[in-house]
Amino acid sequence: MRERVLALYEKWFLGRVAEIGIPRLLITAFVLTLLGVAYFYGMNLSFLLSDSLVRVGRNGILVLALLPAVQGGLGLNFGLPVGVAAGLVGLLIPMEFDLGGWKCFVVATVLAALFGWLAGLAYGWLLNRVKGQEMMVGTYVGFSVVSGMCIFWLLAPFHNRKLIWPIGGQGLRTTLPCTSGMSRFLDDAWRVKFGDFSIPTGLLLYFLVLCGLVALFFRTRAGLAIRAAGENPLYAKACGISEDRSRLLAAALSTMLAAVGIVAFSSSYGFVQLYLAPLMVAFPAVAALLIGGGSVNRASVSHVLIGTLLFQTLLTIALPVANKVVSGDISEVARVVVANGMILYALTRGSR
Amino acid sequence: MPPILEMSAIAKEYYGNRVLKGVDLSVDAGEIVCLVGENGAGKSTLMNILFGMPVVHATGGFSGAVKIAGQRVAIDSPFKAMECGIGMVHQEFMLLPGFTVTENIKLNRELTSSNPLSSVVGALSPSAGKRLESLDFDSMTRDARAALARVGLEVESEATVGGLPVGHKQFIEIAREVDRHKARILVFDEPSAVLTESEADRLLETMRALARDGIGILFITHRLDEVMAVADRIVVLRDGERVAQLAGSEASVGRIAELMVGRKIEKRDLPPRSFSVSDAELALDIRDLVVDMPGEPVTGATLSVRRGEILGIGGLAGYGKLGIANGIAGIYPGRGTVLKDGLPLPLNDPAGSLARRVAFLSEDRRGVGLLLDESIELNIGLTSLQVQGKFLRTWLPGLSLLDAAGLRAHAREMIRWLDVRCVGPEQPVRRLSGGNQQKVCIAKAVTLDPDLLFVSEPTRGVDVGAKQRILDELVSLNRDRRMTIVVTSSELAELRSVCDRIAIVARGKVSRVLAPDAADVDFGLAMAG
Repeated sequence: MRERVLALYEKWFLGRVAEIGIPRLLITAFVLTLLGVAYFYGMNLSFLLSDSLVRVGRNGILVLALLPAVQGGLGLNFGLPVGVAAGLVGLLIPMEFDLGGWKCFVVATVLAALFGWLAGLAYGWLLNRVKGQEMMVGTYVGFSVVSGMCIFWLLAPFHNRKLIWPIGGQGLRTTLPCTSGMSRFLDDAWRVKFGDFSIPTGLLLYFLVLCGLVALFFRTRAGLAIRAAGENPLYAKACGISEDRSRLLAAALSTMLAAVGIVAFSSSYGFVQLYLAPLMVAFPAVAALLIGGGSVNRASVSHVLIGTLLFQTLLTIALPVANKVVSGDISEVARVVVANGMILYALTRGSR
Repeated sequence: MPPILEMSAIAKEYYGNRVLKGVDLSVDAGEIVCLVGENGAGKSTLMNILFGMPVVHATGGFSGAVKIAGQRVAIDSPFKAMECGIGMVHQEFMLLPGFTVTENIKLNRELTSSNPLSSVVGALSPSAGKRLESLDFDSMTRDARAALARVGLEVESEATVGGLPVGHKQFIEIAREVDRHKARILVFDEPSAVLTESEADRLLETMRALARDGIGILFITHRLDEVMAVADRIVVLRDGERVAQLAGSEASVGRIAELMVGRKIEKRDLPPRSFSVSDAELALDIRDLVVDMPGEPVTGATLSVRRGEILGIGGLAGYGKLGIANGIAGIYPGRGTVLKDGLPLPLNDPAGSLARRVAFLSEDRRGVGLLLDESIELNIGLTSLQVQGKFLRTWLPGLSLLDAAGLRAHAREMIRWLDVRCVGPEQPVRRLSGGNQQKVCIAKAVTLDPDLLFVSEPTRGVDVGAKQRILDELVSLNRDRRMTIVVTSSELAELRSVCDRIAIVARGKVSRVLAPDAADVDFGLAMAG
């Protein structure tokens, strides 16, 4: 009897745990515990959950942006700020011309995609010269681009009074409100409400559609070539696939998605944040992907979805709960510990 | 006087596979013994046992006895081997590039002298004090120079090793082994592979000089002319057995090669062909092919492949047999003229050769041939998808997606046909055995529907039962689908069992094309070049 129980335990429990991954189970348990605590303290759960959904939609595309890079063998794309900078430029151009509502969003997304694609090609060209060290180089490229863009924001020829510093007449402000109608444009589309609980349908749909497009892309010839080149460059070579070209494409796609993602993020957040704001944008995204079960070499759309959901729910709920339980604000500390701890965990075991 | 090294009745099994079947080997002081044999004959295993390498003991140890100067010893670690006075000159350089020649030679055997700090600490703990002593560079340099002089290398002992030419590094390695005063036996494991001709000559001269000083030398090499030049005695291994022992004076290159190859042909009744094969119709005409494949360079191979035949390419390791297929498939850079069906085939262009219906199964199955973490079905179909656009379904103009159902059906059919033992087409290839992985590779090639198939080392790392099956599949592809097949293999017996003709490659060139039933001595001579 005892053996049978043990055998069952090994087969079902240990097997499942290995499949799902201990970190993912722990985070899920932690999120559930937090929900329980929040309920115990009589906090407004509907409100917390709605907030999580908004954050999932807002950050999801930035997590999705990591996917092509992982598939293409570039590792976790810590150079996400490259795409974010390109996306912000694309977003500011329609705002300069006072475009509002969905027109602003569409024009911004198209321009962001274009700039992101071009910046991604340059970034990929660089990564092809530093094979094996993409993550390290990407981190510093990201940091450098953010600093370089600080100069750009000061000197760029934007003249709209709503965007530039009121005194001096030169240089963009650090935080800009989105033009009217563009702010929360997606969140409010087809919003569903049950009392305090509301679903930002448009925002979530947009995220899911992009996830679907990326999943479809990886079933095309070009997408499968990227996958093959990322997993085994020699195999790809023997198939006649150019490894460098695949990596270039992967970097460009990743950067383009980051650019498109920051437009959605800013629109949903209601503000465009410039200067040092994009500095750390890659870290929570990477943490989310890893929590979702992705690794340095392998990730899928399902990892993106699960990871974003877990990570963002954790952040939204942890903040108020922590403030309630412990007097003083430890939530920010907890967030940094979770995010960077996850990254560290994955990097220590995630090499080929 | 007993021999300085005596290994008797050495036997070793790896996972039920007997790689050494009771080998005797002895080396006298001052004698140069050459150990020769094809790949897989058991040379490296024998040396691993002599050095007490962990791999031997992690896989269940070995049986037999090792005696040093008549004393039975249990060598269970490389440290023990060194203590017994066995020195090894490695194939890959075990030198620290940033250290000087002296430091490399004296590494971990540094001469030291006491200093104030070591005296103070030494009063408390003698061993810690010893570790804090200063290096005595003067005596170390003197020792190093003496060792370098013994191997006949003129080099500044203060130079860092990193910047020295390859040949010098090899001699520094030897000097390091010589410097150990206790060294009584030196093993040279293919030391000349990286040397130029004059350096190789000097190496042989050094070996003779060391032997004159009373050191026993065990020399492992594929270059039979070197064997002839220095050997006092030659020991030939084949399939884990010592098949012959010759005195250096009575051996010849042809005789040694013949013994290495051996007649182990199993006569097989191959099915007849329904079509004829002749020199009039060539599938491939290779002229002066040069391929820069590291370790297997081709320096000007000329070979023609008849349409519809199974051609074997054999030869010793390192002589370039693997380079030919790799060069034509575009994996390694090549130049020269290759005509496929009379038209030039582009080199250095894997996609180009695939488009001309030339398929290649690499000898490096796990490294080049497969995506280990992907499913069987994707491994079977991906190359065809990329090159020929198979398994794609067009949904919209410009949007073609993977036809998962079509691919799965095809994969199932292949799995059934080749009898791949797996859970299903979705199983990752990594979890399959070597033989089944090879079958997936064959399925991949067949899916490409080539008319010319290069297969390198088809049975390497495959268990005995699957070996036969894989060879049978190749024959059936040839007979039923009229596929021209070029098999490259280190196992001559395997080539002799399925091929119509066998080309032997030596020193990067095709030295002879022989019939499978040609005499062993002819194969031996052709392999030696």
